[in-house]
Amino acid sequence: MSQIAHQKRVGAEAVEEKGWLRAHKWLILRRISQFGILGLFLLGPLAGIWFVKGNLNYSYTLGVLPLTDPFVALQSLAAGHVPETLGLIGVAIVLAFYLLVGGRVYCSWVCPVNVVTDLAGWLRDRLGIKGGSSLSRHTRYWILGMTLVGSALTGVVLWELVNPISMLHRGLIFGLGTAWTVVIAIFLFDLFVMTRGWCGRLCPVGAFYGLVGRWSPVRISAPKRAACNDCMDCFEVCPEPQVIRPALKGEAKGIGPVILAPNCTNCGRCIDVCSKDVFTYTLRFNNPASTAPLVRVQTESK
Amino acid sequence: MNSKSPKSGAARRQFIFDSAKMACGVGMLGLGLGLYAKQSKALPALALRPPGALPEDDFLGACIRCGLCVRDCPYNTLELAKPETPVATGTPFFNARNIPCEMCEDIPCVKACPTKALDHELVDINKAKMGIAVLIDHETCLNFLGLRCDVCYRVCPVIDQAITLDMVPNTRTGRHAMFLPTVHSEHCTGCGKCEKSCVLEEAAIRVLPPKLAKGELGKHYRVGWDEQKKAGHSLIDESKMQDLPDRLPEGAVLPGHYDPASGHTESARGMPGSEAGAIPRFPPGLGGKP
Repeated sequence: MSQIAHQKRVGAEAVEEKGWLRAHKWLILRRISQFGILGLFLLGPLAGIWFVKGNLNYSYTLGVLPLTDPFVALQSLAAGHVPETLGLIGVAIVLAFYLLVGGRVYCSWVCPVNVVTDLAGWLRDRLGIKGGSSLSRHTRYWILGMTLVGSALTGVVLWELVNPISMLHRGLIFGLGTAWTVVIAIFLFDLFVMTRGWCGRLCPVGAFYGLVGRWSPVRISAPKRAACNDCMDCFEVCPEPQVIRPALKGEAKGIGPVILAPNCTNCGRCIDVCSKDVFTYTLRFNNPASTAPLVRVQTESK
Repeated sequence: MNSKSPKSGAARRQFIFDSAKMACGVGMLGLGLGLYAKQSKALPALALRPPGALPEDDFLGACIRCGLCVRDCPYNTLELAKPETPVATGTPFFNARNIPCEMCEDIPCVKACPTKALDHELVDINKAKMGIAVLIDHETCLNFLGLRCDVCYRVCPVIDQAITLDMVPNTRTGRHAMFLPTVHSEHCTGCGKCEKSCVLEEAAIRVLPPKLAKGELGKHYRVGWDEQKKAGHSLIDESKMQDLPDRLPEGAVLPGHYDPASGHTESARGMPGSEAGAIPRFPPGLGGKP
């Protein structure tokens, strides 16, 4: 107890104010989503109930719903191959979905590697590991470009040779083999080498989905940013902390409260850890330049 | 450009430097991945792709590693390559000696494929070319030892077309026949049932990729008897053909030898169609004169 008081943990204030459950609401929902999706895929091989066949690269649900990973399809296209009709319909459905809800919702609500890197980030925080190497957050776009050019040059769906997401997800469903070593490697990399290294700097899949969600309407916003007490907890938990500042601190510069940066993963963890309930899910259009006269807005609406 | 302040010049330098750093670093990563991709195209000889699979070069660009073919195979023949398997990670393959392809008539694996990695044009499983069976070891194959194993022949789904038993005299005993399993590549689908069922410890018949299993004649090569059949007559005047003398020891004859000049054929001892008397009545060493 004294230790916690000594070095206040991220989100402790929110837990005090709102209670544990409300301070972990979106995190719990996200984990339910991630494990739920994985569970649906596992029902087939483990229990013989075939709701879904396949894996995150392409799946076929109940014999009606095809879902194709557009990034894999794009690499295949670069290699000179067009999918069959079902594969193409799958691409369209997935693209439409992430165009609406935000591209990197894939990262925070679906991707199984996110659980691994979140765990590494959490442990890093608990163990007080600071520093380490750093790479530009633009590195992922270079890697994204490389995978597409490389696919075109080699004629192979290049990233799929090493993609840890598919190795882990496919491995859990079809047999893991030595894929666990890659997962451990990413965990240790994020823990000791680089803060948020994999998902935040290197992964081209996340980079691709970020671009897909460039104009997606579902966003996180800080409409009550005037109430911010600068506890910095949101910056601490955010996997992409650079996206918060313009929205949270942009009042003076006339920047609206909606987080428009495409790399926001819409994970909602900032909503959880904020004791002042500054953040909320909203639509991008709901973005007034100024949110300061909070009192007046309230009186007007009465 | 000249009007730029020193500060923006420094920023530009930094930008170029950062870009170069990224391009070089990611370029090296890409080079490594590219070389790995090249390696991954070298499919091991005993790893077979599902029916209708594109040639390996195209397959690795078209397959999105979803595993739908694996799921829809009723015999659990297919598996997805794990990272440690010497097959491109996540791609489907099978090993005939473990579980061969049962050649379903409706080809569910091809139907399930969401890409063209498994060619949907393939609707007749007998046209599949997963590989070609090769009777690779003539020293251990029981039929080559003169026994009647015949198992590969009997299990072949395209029996009497893809594998035939060709009768030749057993020169070891001098009085028996050997029935040699013979693969005919135009009918073999490479399902691997023969390899699976070979009774030896290590299969003497194996399914190999066509490029390993098949030779190829020179493009200019014409086979005389085919040309003769096409033309309806021999392309050369055989009566004017000069036959060089066979250099044989004094008094020796060459069984079955055809001399085009005289039109005479020596009798071939023990060969089908030769005079019955030429075949010994007893195996060597059991009395009687050979």
